[in-house]
Amino acid sequence: MQPTNTRDPDYYHKVVDCQWACPAHTDVPEYLRLIALGKYSDAYMVNRESNVFPGILGRVCDRPCEPACRRGRVEEKPVAICRSKRVAADLRDDITPRLPKAPAKKNGKRVACIGAGPATLTVANDLLPIGYEVVIFEQYAIAGGLMRTNIPSFRLPAKVLDEEIGYVIGMGADLRLGSPVASMRKLLDQGGFDAVFVGTGAPKGKELKLPGRNDTDRIHIGIAWLESVAFEHVDKIGERVLIIGVGNTAMDCCRTSLRLGAKSVKVMARKPRGFFKASEWELEDAEEENVEIIVNHAPKAFVVADGKLQGMNFERIEYVMDGTDIKDQRVVEEVFIPCDDVILAIGQENAFPWVERDLGIEFDKWDVPKIDKASYQSTRPGVFFGGDAAFGPKNIIWAVEHGHQAAISIHKHCVGTPLDERMPRGVNLQSRKVGMNEWSYKNDYDASARRLMPHVSLKDRFKRLNIEVELGFDAGRAAEEVSRCLNCDIQTVFHASLCIECDACIDICPTDCLTITTNGDEQDVVTRLKAPRLNPDQPLFVSGPLKQTSRVMIKDEDLCVHCGLCAERCPTDAWEMQKSWIKIPYAEDEARCQSEPALRRA
Amino acid sequence: MSFISKPKVANPSLPSNELGLNRRDYEGSMSTLCAGCGHDSVTAAIVQAAYELALPPQSVVKLSGIGCSSKTTAYFVAGAHGFNAVHGRMPSIATGANAANRNLRYIGVSGDGDSLSIGVGQLAHVIRRNLDMVYILENNGVYGLTKGQFSASADIGTKSKKGEANEQEPIDPVLLALALGASFVARSFSGDKEQLVPLIKAGLSHSGFAIIDVLSPCVTFNDHEGSTKSYAYVREHSEAPVAADYVAPQREISVSYAPGELLPVTMHDGSSVLLRKLDPDYDPTDRAQAAAYVQERAMRNEYVTGLIYVDQKRRDFHARANTTDAALNSVPFERLCPGAAKLPRILASFR
Ligand SMILES: Cc1cc2nc3c(=O)[nH]c(=O)nc-3n(C[C@H](O)[C@H](O)[C@H](O)COP(=O)(O)OP(=O)(O)OC[C@H]3O[C@@H](n4cnc5c(N)ncnc54)[C@H](O)[C@@H]3O)c2cc1C
Ligand SMILES: Cc1ncc(C[n+]2csc(CCOP(=O)(O)OP(=O)(O)O)c2C)c(N)n1
Ligand code: SF4
Ligand code: SF4
Ligand code: SF4
Ligand SMILES: [Mg+2]
Repeated sequence: MQPTNTRDPDYYHKVVDCQWACPAHTDVPEYLRLIALGKYSDAYMVNRESNVFPGILGRVCDRPCEPACRRGRVEEKPVAICRSKRVAADLRDDITPRLPKAPAKKNGKRVACIGAGPATLTVANDLLPIGYEVVIFEQYAIAGGLMRTNIPSFRLPAKVLDEEIGYVIGMGADLRLGSPVASMRKLLDQGGFDAVFVGTGAPKGKELKLPGRNDTDRIHIGIAWLESVAFEHVDKIGERVLIIGVGNTAMDCCRTSLRLGAKSVKVMARKPRGFFKASEWELEDAEEENVEIIVNHAPKAFVVADGKLQGMNFERIEYVMDGTDIKDQRVVEEVFIPCDDVILAIGQENAFPWVERDLGIEFDKWDVPKIDKASYQSTRPGVFFGGDAAFGPKNIIWAVEHGHQAAISIHKHCVGTPLDERMPRGVNLQSRKVGMNEWSYKNDYDASARRLMPHVSLKDRFKRLNIEVELGFDAGRAAEEVSRCLNCDIQTVFHASLCIECDACIDICPTDCLTITTNGDEQDVVTRLKAPRLNPDQPLFVSGPLKQTSRVMIKDEDLCVHCGLCAERCPTDAWEMQKSWIKIPYAEDEARCQSEPALRRA
Repeated sequence: MSFISKPKVANPSLPSNELGLNRRDYEGSMSTLCAGCGHDSVTAAIVQAAYELALPPQSVVKLSGIGCSSKTTAYFVAGAHGFNAVHGRMPSIATGANAANRNLRYIGVSGDGDSLSIGVGQLAHVIRRNLDMVYILENNGVYGLTKGQFSASADIGTKSKKGEANEQEPIDPVLLALALGASFVARSFSGDKEQLVPLIKAGLSHSGFAIIDVLSPCVTFNDHEGSTKSYAYVREHSEAPVAADYVAPQREISVSYAPGELLPVTMHDGSSVLLRKLDPDYDPTDRAQAAAYVQERAMRNEYVTGLIYVDQKRRDFHARANTTDAALNSVPFERLCPGAAKLPRILASFR
């Protein structure tokens, strides 16, 4: 095998599993260490740089980082990354002086953002400090998008939204509430904007066209219903509620129903549990509130008598499973389940009735706009899409990442440089050695188990709609939890020319990551690893030839616990522990490296 | 020295042996030796061998003298019995322990100073006794623990860290053992576990005294240029006339071989050691030839490694002394101690 090119910024980045999995590449281990030190404001700012909304995301992020977390591979449960983020937000001091500020002198460029959800807010966050004028058009009287209108306040309190949205708007965005954009043509023709960003989300809830659908007003579309609850147009529901679908929206609908007077809530699932779209933790939270999840029931008809919804008919299905795959299925019987209300939570779509189809903004055969996956530009130069509006419903952290990338594109568009010539990511490394066997990070493996999140008691939490259920970690519990982090960003850096092949590192490594063996092609080499390669997606490091025998040092990054013992036991410092910083470029970095003349020309 | 101990967390794919123990279960406490010390690799090889042989930890006795090498008994098989003797006196303690309980496995770990300087007299006699044990001599050419003075295994002309050359004749433990009639003589290198682990397993299965001279570089005091016990020098100057593979009892010998090329040796416990001849003229059962071969190579500055000599027929200490099969702690007191009344009769039998 060829020696691994560790200068490729992706090499060490991949080792930091959480950061690699995070769409916005938050430097998780760095902020977890700051939390351990009690430096909550610093931890908040590290978060904010990449994910913009630490307080919001620390509560409701989809947390793709946690299933990816290395800790989950060496033991059962990952680090509670998300809830630790909340601690940084909860315990921070006033950080307003540390926020980026818009310059007094603007650059003369105007950008329109449609919709005030997280995607738009990120675009504004990135463009305002480099001198753009940002005008945000929002149809409703309040900003936040689905975070405000759909995520229930018992998961995400309004105060947290107000604060973090306020930070962005406070930089000088021109937020125009109650201003729906009804015509893209008009905006493009008369707005006088240099670029337009569409962050209008995926506002259309999917329908379930079954007999009886239009015979009653007690069948609701989940996202529209949640929105009505958020705006206080709806404040009660019947005693028996059926929720159709088991995604995250369904979980919010069932828990909200319980707070509006429902006594019995059943979530009806077509398939077995392994096929649920909802995250494991959302299911747990719902079941803790005694929501019943009924599997293998396919909706057949709404039963309406005398103009009143009586219930629903379902087909009960039996599945023949082959491991985790469905091999066959058959209908066993038809069952009637009585109810007073039905909430449909079977998905959402983006919809653009206000975008004329002759503006050069092309749509595909499903009526979805054609968006470039790297630049987020539509087929009309200067018109960008991001968040759920771009590729359909995702989540907040993806909306943030789209926003960052779109901001870079908007800047490049405005200064007239090619959108595809983007600054590459970079990596910086710095030794963490502070003494013979001393490191400026805690390298001792902490064997303790994941801390549980304390909740408001079942007795108290239903008293008001907006009682936040999760209490958050206190400082002590947070310090304990973050010390479970393995510091995956403290990298093992190898210098082949120093190795004397003493085997000390091989012998000490607790998880058998290291091997010295003769080189060969990958298939051949992996058969000689000290431990089998369990996870081929994880990087394999291969050194250049070693001095004494021309063999190579191989490291399977998969299970390294970053204990630093290889470096401690190495007599020649051939292994070193170095902190990696993955440099993720933002619009601000693009602006800084932009040459002055180019700016003027544009 | 590391301040943290090796995390208990292990690779989930780590296999277990017949006892349900994995390799990590055969580790001991954290080494306090210098980073990169050859002795730590020998420790790792012992751990591997004990795991692969599925030794019940409580059936193992670890014995040593004084020196960095002698410290290492603390670093493997935490559940074993152990005794740190005074400098060079481990063979006496081993003899006493083995006399009292022949049913345990005895692993002695010593250094070139412990064995060849202060303890050479003890070593000589334990070899002659053919005591059933594995004696691992971690040979680095210096007194590591007392900061690098030449030991009795230092070669003529080898240089100290400060540059002085040694002028005294070295004692080669392999030649010493051959001369004194050891029944299992091997040499290996701490940096070559593929060779060392099967040798330790074979030594543990051998009935009688098995000595393994392991060249085990001292990174701090004897790994410089001009040293004949450095990693680089040993790698450059080692050669094995035979390769030894260990085959557990009840396992079929599955390799096919041309006659004369491979020599299976059946051990006392039913296991076998397959000796693959790398030098077709070498015969590891011919004591005189082995000694001549080692000596001749030594003159050419070469270390002969591998299983150099093995003799399965020589009777061990217990067989010669015609002792009871049982461990003495399982023999009823009345039988163990005939009592004052019987003493005159016993004495009379010697008249
Ligand atoms: C019930 C539910 C629960 C969810 N829970 C989570 C969760 O726990 N964690 C998570 O990460 N994600 C969650 N999501 C998804 C997440 O909320 C969205 O992915 C995210 O908000 C998308 O952000 P966005 O900026 O693209 O658009 P949105 O948040 O949808 O914002 C779009 C904004 O545009 C406005 N708008 C639309 N059209 C126009 C127009 N023509 N003119 C002016 N304004 C307009 C809308 O009013 C809205 O304010 C959830 C979604 C739902 C439905
Ligand atoms: C009776 C006695 N004499 C001298 C010493 C000092 N001493 C301690 S270790 C040692 C030499 C150890 O050398 P070696 O056996 O080669 O072990 P190494 O440290 O090299 O592994 C000596 C001379 C002692 N401890 N006891
Ligand atoms: S152990 Fe820490 S650094 Fe590693 S993936 Fe988990 S949270 Fe990230
Ligand atoms: S830091 Fe080194 S010793 Fe520790 S697990 Fe990783 S490779 Fe192994
Ligand atoms: S401990 Fe250092 S010198 Fe020894 S094998 Fe490992 S990297 Fe090489
Ligand atoms: Mg020594």
